[in-house]
Amino acid sequence: MPNSQRIALVVLIALIAIGPFFFFPVFLMKVLCFALYASAFNLLLGYVGLLSFGHAAYFGMGSYLSAHAAKVWGLTPELAILTGGLTSMALGAAFGFLAIRRQGIYFAMITLALAQMVYFFCVQAPFTGGEDGIQAVPRGYLFGVLDLRSDFTLYWVVAAIVLACFLFLYRIVHSPFGQVLKAIRDNEPRATSLGYRTDSYKLIAFVLSATIAGIAGGTKAIVFQIATLTDVNWPMSGEAVLMTLVGGIGTMFGPATGALVIVTMQNELAEFGAWVTVIQGAIFVACVLAFRRGIIGELQAKLRKPL
Amino acid sequence: MAFNRRTLLAGAAAGAALPLVTPLRHARAQAANTIRIGVLNDQSGLYRDLSGPGSTQAVRLAIQESGITTRGVNVEVVEADHQNRPDVGSTVVRQWLDRDNFDVIVDVPTSSVALAVNTLVRERNKVFLCSGAATSDLSGPACSPNTIHWTYDTWMLARGTGGAMVAAGGRTWFFITADYAFGHALERDVSAFVRNAGGQVVGSVRTPFPGTTDFSSFLLQAQQSRAQVIGLANAGGDTINSIKQAAEFGITRRGTRLAGLLVFITDVHALGLPTSQGLVLTETFYWDLNDRTRAFTQRLGRMPNDVRPSMVQAGCYSAVLHYLKAVEAMGVAAAKASGAAAVERMKSIPTSDDCFGEGTIRPDGRKIHAAYLFQVKTPQESRGPWDYYKLLQTIPANEAFRPVTEGNCPLVRT
Repeated sequence: MPNSQRIALVVLIALIAIGPFFFFPVFLMKVLCFALYASAFNLLLGYVGLLSFGHAAYFGMGSYLSAHAAKVWGLTPELAILTGGLTSMALGAAFGFLAIRRQGIYFAMITLALAQMVYFFCVQAPFTGGEDGIQAVPRGYLFGVLDLRSDFTLYWVVAAIVLACFLFLYRIVHSPFGQVLKAIRDNEPRATSLGYRTDSYKLIAFVLSATIAGIAGGTKAIVFQIATLTDVNWPMSGEAVLMTLVGGIGTMFGPATGALVIVTMQNELAEFGAWVTVIQGAIFVACVLAFRRGIIGELQAKLRKPL
Repeated sequence: MAFNRRTLLAGAAAGAALPLVTPLRHARAQAANTIRIGVLNDQSGLYRDLSGPGSTQAVRLAIQESGITTRGVNVEVVEADHQNRPDVGSTVVRQWLDRDNFDVIVDVPTSSVALAVNTLVRERNKVFLCSGAATSDLSGPACSPNTIHWTYDTWMLARGTGGAMVAAGGRTWFFITADYAFGHALERDVSAFVRNAGGQVVGSVRTPFPGTTDFSSFLLQAQQSRAQVIGLANAGGDTINSIKQAAEFGITRRGTRLAGLLVFITDVHALGLPTSQGLVLTETFYWDLNDRTRAFTQRLGRMPNDVRPSMVQAGCYSAVLHYLKAVEAMGVAAAKASGAAAVERMKSIPTSDDCFGEGTIRPDGRKIHAAYLFQVKTPQESRGPWDYYKLLQTIPANEAFRPVTEGNCPLVRT
C-alpha cells in the first residue's frame, strides 16, 4: 500500500472511530452503508470501465432478503446480511452473464432493463409487502448474544462490516486479478490478445460488485429496520453514479467521500424541503463542469499520489 | 480556469464540511416546559400541495388558537421533507426523537413512511398524530398505543365511494385497477361495499403498474360494459391520467360517472374543472362545507401556492389542537414523560374543532368523524375559485370508519 493510501486509511479509521461521539450514529451508519454501496459500484465503473445502471437491483434485493431473513426466518443479523449478499451474488451472476456481452451504453441499458424487471418483481411479490415494504425488522442479537438494539453497539458492527468489505475491495483492485481488470478497462482487445478471457474477468468483477452491493443493502435493512421499494427503484442506481462521480471515479476513497457528501446533504437539508433536489442538481452540474475527477480525484491529481 | 476550479473545490469542501458542524449546535439544553412538534411530510414531490408547508401552517394555527403559549408553555415546530422515502423519513425521525427530544410527530403522508414512523415512535414512547397516510393498517394490525390515525384511511375511502355511491344512484360498476397489491386491495374492498349496498360489479380490467400512461383501451372497455360507474382503483399519476383521458373521450358527459378513490382537492385543482367534472370522491373535510370550515379557512390565511386547505392539512390542525388540550389537562411534564399516557388522555376527551366538528378517538387509535361523498362541479356550476365540490351524501361518523372489531388491532383484542 502506498503511503498516501495508508494515511488516507488511517484517517478513515480514525474518523469512523471518533464519529459516533460527535454525530448521530444512525446517520453515520447510513453514510457507511451508502459508502460501501458506492464503493461496490465503483469497482465496476472505476476499475473495469463498466457503467452499470442497475445496481439498485442488487442493493434492493440484498435489503429485502436480509429483512425477510431477519423478520420471517428469525435469523441472526450476521446471517441475515449474508443471506442478502448471497442473493445479490446469485442475481449478479445471472444478470452479469447476460450484460457483459455488450459494452458502453448497451451494457448500461441491459443492466437498467434487468434491474427494472427486479423492481416489477418486488412490486408484485407478496413477501416484499408491496409499497408498504417489510416493516419493523428486528435488529436481533449478533451471533445470538450481542444485543444490537442500541445504536452505539450496532454502529461498531456496521463499521466492522463496512471496513472489512472496503479492505476486501482494496485487495481485489490491487491484486493481479485487479491489474487484469484495469487492463481490460484501458484496452480490452489488447487484454484479449495477451491471452486473458476478458468475459470471465468481467463476470467475476460483476458478481463481486453485486455481492458487496447486496451486503450494503442488507446492512441498511438491519440498521433502519425496513426494506422498501425505494431501495430497488432506479433512482437508487442513479445515486450510486452520483456518489461515485462526486467523490471520484476510479479512486479507492472517492465513492465513500461522495456518499458522505450526498447523504449529509439529503439529511441536513431535509428541513429545507424542495431545495434538497435543487441543491443536489446544482452540485452535480458544478461537479461535471468544474471538477470532473471528483473531490478525491482532484485531490489525487493535485498530490500526484493515488488515493 | 485553474483559479476557478480551485475556488469551486474549496467551496464544495466547505459546503460538505458545514453540515457536519451544525449538529453540534442542535445540542441545546432540554427545557422542561417545551413541547417539540416535528411536521414530517412531502415538501417537494406529488404530495406537497396537499400536505407540505401547508400542514406546518395549520399546526402553527392550532398552537396559536390553543392559547397554551400564553400560559407559559413553549411549543416549537420544525418541519422536514421525507421525500416519500422511508429511509429518509426514518433517519429524520430517529434524530428528532433520539437526539433532539421531540415529543410529537405530525402528518407523514405515504404509507410506507408512516408505518416506519409508527414503529419508531412506539419504541420511544412518544406521540404520532398521523394525518397524511392512507393505510388502514395504522388502526389495524399495526395499531399502537402511541399513534392516532386522524383524518382518513383506505377503508373509509372504499366505504364512502363504494357504498354511498350505490345509494346515490350508481348501481353498476366497472373497475380500472392498477395491477399491484394496493390496486387489488382497493378493488376488493370497494366491490364488497358495492355488493353490500345492492349494487353490481359488471367487470374489471387490470392495468400494468407502474408505467401505464395510455388508458384509452381500458376506458373504452369500461364504456362498452355500460356500467353506470367506472371505479378507479389506482392512485397518483395513474388516477390523474385516467381522469384526463376519460374527459377526452367525453365519458362523463355521456352520463357515466368516474369514482376516484385516492383523489384530493389539490388534484381536482390541478386537473381543472373541465377535465375533472362529474368525478365522485370521498373526503372528510372540504373548506367550503359549512360556516365553521369557512371560518377555519379564513383564519388559516393565505397558503403556499394559494391553495385552499386539504383534509390532510385540516387533520394536522385538528390533531395538534386536541393534543394540546390533553397536554393542558395532564400537565406538560406528564405529557412529555409518556407519549402513551398523552394519547390515552386524548382518547378520553371528546374532540371538537371547526374542521371536523364533534368527534371521538377509539381505543385502536382511529379518530372518528363524519365523511362526505362529493361530486366535482361542472365549470358552469362553479361560482368562484376553489368552488369545486357539491355534497352528494353525508356518511355519519358511526358508519364512516371500519368497525373496531374488524380491524384486528391487538390493542383492543386484549
